[in-house]
Amino acid sequence: MFRLPIEKLDDLFAAVAAAQTLYLPADGKDGRASYVKWEEGVKLSKALNTVRSAKDHFFPQTTNLCDFNMNGKNIEIIDNRQESENFVIFGVRACDARSFTILDKVFLAEPVDTYYATRREHGTVITLACTEPEENCFCSVFGIDAASPEGDAACHITEDALYINANTEKGEKFIESVKDMLTECGTEAVDAQKAQTAEIMKKLPFANVSTDYFRKNTLLDIFNSEHWKKLSEACLGCGTCTFVCPTCQCYDIKDFDTGHGIKRYRTWDSCMYSDFTKMAAANSRNSQVERFRQRFMHKLVYFPDNNNGEFGCVGCGRCLSRCPISMNIIKVIKTFGEE
Amino acid sequence: MLNETLIPKLGVVTDIRIDTPDVKTFRVVGTDGKKLFEHIPGQCAMLSVPGVGEGMFSITSSPTNKEFMEFSIKKCGCLTSWLHMMDVGQQITVRGPYGNGFPVEDPEKLKGKDLLFIAGGIGLAPLRSVINYCRDKRENYGSIQIIYGSRSKDDLVDYQEILNEWLADDGITVNLTIDREQEGWDGHVGFVPNYVKELTPDISKTVLICGPPIMIKFTLAGLKELGFKETQVFTTMELRMKCAIGKCGRCNIGNKYVCKDGPVFRFDQLGELPNEY
Repeated sequence: MFRLPIEKLDDLFAAVAAAQTLYLPADGKDGRASYVKWEEGVKLSKALNTVRSAKDHFFPQTTNLCDFNMNGKNIEIIDNRQESENFVIFGVRACDARSFTILDKVFLAEPVDTYYATRREHGTVITLACTEPEENCFCSVFGIDAASPEGDAACHITEDALYINANTEKGEKFIESVKDMLTECGTEAVDAQKAQTAEIMKKLPFANVSTDYFRKNTLLDIFNSEHWKKLSEACLGCGTCTFVCPTCQCYDIKDFDTGHGIKRYRTWDSCMYSDFTKMAAANSRNSQVERFRQRFMHKLVYFPDNNNGEFGCVGCGRCLSRCPISMNIIKVIKTFGEE
Repeated sequence: MLNETLIPKLGVVTDIRIDTPDVKTFRVVGTDGKKLFEHIPGQCAMLSVPGVGEGMFSITSSPTNKEFMEFSIKKCGCLTSWLHMMDVGQQITVRGPYGNGFPVEDPEKLKGKDLLFIAGGIGLAPLRSVINYCRDKRENYGSIQIIYGSRSKDDLVDYQEILNEWLADDGITVNLTIDREQEGWDGHVGFVPNYVKELTPDISKTVLICGPPIMIKFTLAGLKELGFKETQVFTTMELRMKCAIGKCGRCNIGNKYVCKDGPVFRFDQLGELPNEY
């Protein structure tokens, strides 16, 4: 474990940014945090988390897949993929860090999504332990420890210092690159902080929510439950939950005619939208209750079924904060759990 | 740079056959004049016209055809309308093959079995690949019976091939039907589900069925009445797709993706999944 005096934090960012692009959460004019490219003067946000998740770094909202030139009956296909440059994302919380390993299971499964894979390969994830988890946090429900985040290297910030410890080879390389600013140290300060955070975690309102119901009941029983109708009744189908969700990975592929060529791009999509499954002849999910059910069945049943029991949720709490009708995955889990 | 499945290959349309008022069959090869890739009967490919759209279509030709691939496509939306306006020589983009295909080489499932094909309308398209595969490898399969129906005589897809090749083939039985009486038609008249019951096929046969959902529903019920089990009946599904590789998240039925885990399912497998298709 290594230590950096807190007043040297901006120097650390400057040193990292001199070698590769550095992204970190910073407060915008509206006071909300989002990931920005670090440059002189940018301050690390003290917010618990960013409004949007960190998935943009590996699965951007839009990706140009390829281009086409149309010439009479002929088509030219242009593969304009580029190697990503190395970059660092600093300050990723434990929930978002886990979301990357969930996205890996989708995009790195055969056939590998090369757009995602190159970004993943070139990105170094430096996580930051939470010290003040809030009432909407429920990462512990999914076995995530907010005080000991995953990622290539994990940081803990105390009043007077930043502590960093590598989890992977990439993390070791990162520490090596800024080693002259760090001093080796013991784990006492970090251990004390972890113990303190653990106490707060225990008292959070959703700390004891149980997902057992979704392990003990069959796919068809859960799918055919009466609960879905009531739970989805007020759903507006706005898709906000899917856009702020760090694990939502559904996408659309569209073409755009620029006037001098066709751009094919991949863009985030939402299973909450009515045209998501619409075909020329039919639509397999015609009503909002079916679309609502799909989203939660996917996270709580289908994804675990296909991935050794791992749930497709990390408990970041963004959908709790953002849903205009205050419906969310916790209400779904609790409604079934109380059966 | 790594091969990326979302980036398509170029195909050229070398022949267009008008099957019915709204179905055309397109012959496609690569720009070098050769077949683009090998496939298993029942597998699909993503065809696209850049700027118009991309869609999943079953490969209608048999893999035993080493020269080209064929796609029988019904005009029903934006992309298919564009495809129907194409002339020979038009380039399109192709990627695939996708999906599992029919288990034609599995002795537990199709190989060596007596086969009953049941199709309605454009539903013959994915089955034609299997039918011609089995005809070309005749010694590997038992008896072959095809029950095929459409709205009218003019709506029978592959009618010339049925007349000239399938009906002329001694080894197979073809039963055709159309929904309503029509001048110049002296064959059977009536819906497919009823015709299947009338014909009382031997219940030892393995069934491959494709057609409109309503036809499949009633035919399956009829087959069960006759004594067929769900484990004997295969079908091929169709839902909206974008990626074709199980990542874009829309073609799932429960925890199965039609593009990757399907499109071919046996009815006992579908019974374990939500009825959301």
